[in-house]
Formats: sequence, C-alpha cells, structure tokens
Amino acid sequence: MSPRNIANVTVLLALAILPPLFYYTGSPFYLDIATRLVCLAIAAVSLNLILGYGGMISFGHAAFIGIGAYAVGIPAYHATYGDFDLIASYNGFFQIGLALVLSALFAFVTGIVCLRTKGVHFIMITMAFSQMAYYLFLSMETYGGDDGLVIDTRSEFPGIALSDPITLYAICFGVLLAALYFVHRLVNSRFGMVIRGAKGNEARLQAIGFDTYRYRLAAYVISGTLCGLAGALLGNFTTFISPEMMGWSRSGELMFMAILGGAGTLVGPVVGAILFIVLEAVLKPFSIYWHLPFGILLILSVAFVRGGLMRLFPARERRHG
Amino acid sequence: MAEPVLKVTALNKSFGGVRATDNVSLEIEENELHAIIGPNGAGKTTLISQLSGSSYPDGGSIRFRGREIARQPAYVRSHLGLGRSFQITSLLMDMTVLENVMLAAQAHDGHSFRFWKPVRSDQGLRKTAMAAIDRVGLQGRVHDLASAMSHGERRQLEIAVALATGPELLLLDEPMAGMGVEESAAMVETLKGFKGKITMLLVEHDMDAVFALADRISVLVYGRIIATGTPADIRGNAEVRRAYLGDE
Repeated sequence: MSPRNIANVTVLLALAILPPLFYYTGSPFYLDIATRLVCLAIAAVSLNLILGYGGMISFGHAAFIGIGAYAVGIPAYHATYGDFDLIASYNGFFQIGLALVLSALFAFVTGIVCLRTKGVHFIMITMAFSQMAYYLFLSMETYGGDDGLVIDTRSEFPGIALSDPITLYAICFGVLLAALYFVHRLVNSRFGMVIRGAKGNEARLQAIGFDTYRYRLAAYVISGTLCGLAGALLGNFTTFISPEMMGWSRSGELMFMAILGGAGTLVGPVVGAILFIVLEAVLKPFSIYWHLPFGILLILSVAFVRGGLMRLFPARERRHG
Repeated sequence: MAEPVLKVTALNKSFGGVRATDNVSLEIEENELHAIIGPNGAGKTTLISQLSGSSYPDGGSIRFRGREIARQPAYVRSHLGLGRSFQITSLLMDMTVLENVMLAAQAHDGHSFRFWKPVRSDQGLRKTAMAAIDRVGLQGRVHDLASAMSHGERRQLEIAVALATGPELLLLDEPMAGMGVEESAAMVETLKGFKGKITMLLVEHDMDAVFALADRISVLVYGRIIATGTPADIRGNAEVRRAYLGDE
C-alpha cells in the first residue's frame, strides 16, 4: 500500500471506531461531534469533486446543505402541524428523495448560468445564488424565518430508529464511505478524465472534441445532489435547521475543509473536516476568536504543503486519490 | 477537379482597429502539406484559431469538405476531422503521456457520460493511443508525466494528441517553436512520415523546415496573403523578399 492509502485507511478506521468507543465509555458528547463531522465531511467530499478534481471553485455549496435540511424539515413540519398534505410526511425515503431531487434541480438551474463564467466570476455567481437561497428561506415566516425550524421527528425508515445516536452515526458514516467510493469510481472513469482534463485546460479539451460545458454541468449537478444528501443527514442530526446553515461563511468552511485536507485527493476533505470540527470543539470554549488559528493553519498549509495535508503522504501510483 | 479539403473565402477578423485577418482566401488540397509563413505579428495564430474554432471570424467563409464551419465550435470541428496542435504547449501536465493521448482518443469514441468503469483498463482506447504515440516516436515514455518531458518531447506529444483524434486535416501551429536543431530535425522527420496520408496546414517560423516539407506555401503579411505557390515560386518572389528582408 502506498503511504497515501495507509493514511486513508487510518483516517477512516479512526472514524469508524473512536466515536462509538467514546459513546460506550460514557462520553456520548463526542459521538455528537463526530456525527456532525461526518455530515460535513460528506459535504466537503461533494465539493471536492468539482473544486478539487474539476477546478470549479464553488463558493455557494452550503446552499445545498440548507436545501437538503429543509427538504427534511418542511415535510416533517406539515406532518406535525397540518396543511400542505402533498408533501406532509415523516417518511425518510420521501424526505431524502425530495432532498436529492431539489438539490439536483437547484444545481442544474444555477449551473446552467454559473458555468458560463470562469474563475473569479464563477466564485462570485455561485455565492450569489446561494445567498438568494439563504434569503428565500429567511423570508419564509411559516418555517420560522431566521429563527429556524425545529424538527420534532427525525426521518422514519422501516425498522431503523434514527433517534438512536449510534444508528444515526452508523448511517452517516456508511453514506460517507459510499460517497468516497462513488467519487473514487467517478474520477477514474471516462467522465472523470474529462472533468479533470477540463480543469487543466478547457480550450485543449474542446480542441480534441469535448463539449466540456455538458460534462462540467453534469459534475456540478452530481456534486450538488451529494451535498443535498449531506444536508438531509445534518438536518436529521441537529433536529434544528435555520437559514444560517446556508450562509456564505458556511460555504467558506466547506472550502476550508477541502483545501486544507487536500483538494483533488480522495480522503483529503475528510481530514479537513476532522481538523475543522476538532479545532472548533477544542478552541471555542476558550475564545470567541477561535477562527484565528484556522486562518493560520490554512496559511501554513497552503504555503508549506502544496495541495493540502493529504499530499504529505505520497500516492505512489501518481494517480489521484 | 475535386473540391479542396479546406476552402477559406474572404475571411476577416479585427481586434480594435487592427485587421489581424484581412480578406484571406486559401485552398488546401487533399494530402498536400500547405505551409503558412510570415513575419511576427502577421496574424498566423489568429488565422489558425479561426480555422480550429478557438475564435470566430468577423466575416467570410470556411468550408471543410464542402461543409460551412465558420460558426461551429471547436469540439464540433474536431468531430468533423479537424485536428490541431497548439503553439504554446497545452498538455495536461499532471497526466502521463498515455493519459493525455487516451483522453483524445476517448473524445472520439462515443459520449463520455460513463461514470463507473476505470478508464485505465480500457484496452480499446489504449490501443488507439499507443498507435498515435508510436507514430511520433514516444513509445519509451508512455508512463511518464507530461510535466517530466523535455520541450521537444512535449511538442511530439502534442502531435500524438492531435493524431489520436483521427484527423483528416491537421492544423500545426508552429510545432518547431523553441526547438533545438536536433529536435527540429526529428520533428521534420515525423511530419514527413505523415505526408500523403494526412492533409496538413503548417504554420511555422523555421524556414528550413518549411522549405523541406511544404508542397505549397502561402505568405501572410499584416493579415493578408501576398503570395501562394510552390517553395521554388516563393523563393523567387520579389514581394516576399521585400516583406521578409525589408525594402532597402
């Protein structure tokens, strides 16, 4: 195994073993932290697909987290308080399905516009769309506006109780593993070669015969959909959702995770998410300026470890991931 | 007489007040190697960009095998059989030689909305790519990263990438640029090997190479073609000498 693969396995094994261990040895609080961590890691992995592999720097990915979370919260709200029978439901398959469909739709419609632009313009326009989504949810008084919305009942699946913290964690972690495998297959497929190639040189890809726009749009939709799934899981975990989940600083945090851990490496975003959540948990009680060390860490990482922490471990085969 | 492979008529393109392409008309016959020469700033790269679809002309017509393509995007032209090598090397530096060429072969093997199967184990693409790599003599460097190649090797790889798209007309934008004498000679040999098999339009500064390779030469000065003819015609053309040597 290459050093990179050893690091990958170590990170994932630690996530599989340590949180349940803490839970059963009397520190359930750490399992909570880990569940949030895993949800955000899925989101960072989804962002990495377009940012790291595809060179599309989205500064609006938190919008998908919000859409996914509200796709769980709003049907549950109507199932509890009536009205809007069409979508009122506690059914997990329906809620998750809605989250996937709506995020895909949002990605498709905004992607059509965003992908006409490049570089800084792309960054700004993705941020603009996510802020539009943010203000849309902020203005919906029915669902609490900026006070947010409490989810009284988590998504219901036959035979599975998400109210059990260990079950919820196992599902989130399972989704993370599936997402990683999915991204791994994707970036090494024909489709993956096209989006990776277009990152390096789009004009060249067009000259050899690729209509790069279609492939980039597809990648953007896949990434947004996966991020919506992360949002649906995160909503289920926090049981409280608010527009704040989709603010632009949240999008920035996802970028932070992907870049610090290693954009364009498979497990890098997971490492970024771990660092982010652990540092937040450790530093937040001491100071309201807990973002400062993050900034320093990011600067050090970008200055001294080109391409993120995961690149400290050579992937012998020269391949991505 | 058969219709030419490429027929350019009254092509125009301006940048601000500068007419980079000024009423250019050009015909390229089947299997000929047609070279375009001209002093710096004559508009050679601008012309090739319009032919390959990286930019669109302001007016005029480009017909490829009888089909109007002046408004078609680059990827459509690639599928019609127009291949291009770039003046400034634009390879994918973090991919290997084989991956660079395989990607070009992939573009011409159906759509790429294939999300699951690893491309590495795709024998069909590999075969097409290896054939193109063989033709430029890079067999020994298949698994090296493009970033690890010398300048000359990168130019060879550029040609292999263009070949893998199965072009009927190859647009070569200064393939010898920045090359040493030996590298340049190797490139001349490579291109000689394609003569009679692929129609080529060669834009080049290296006069020795051009006169060694070309069947016909067009001379571009300030966006206008001032002469077209065999190498012997061009050598003896007074106007061409004036454009190159200065009117003293």
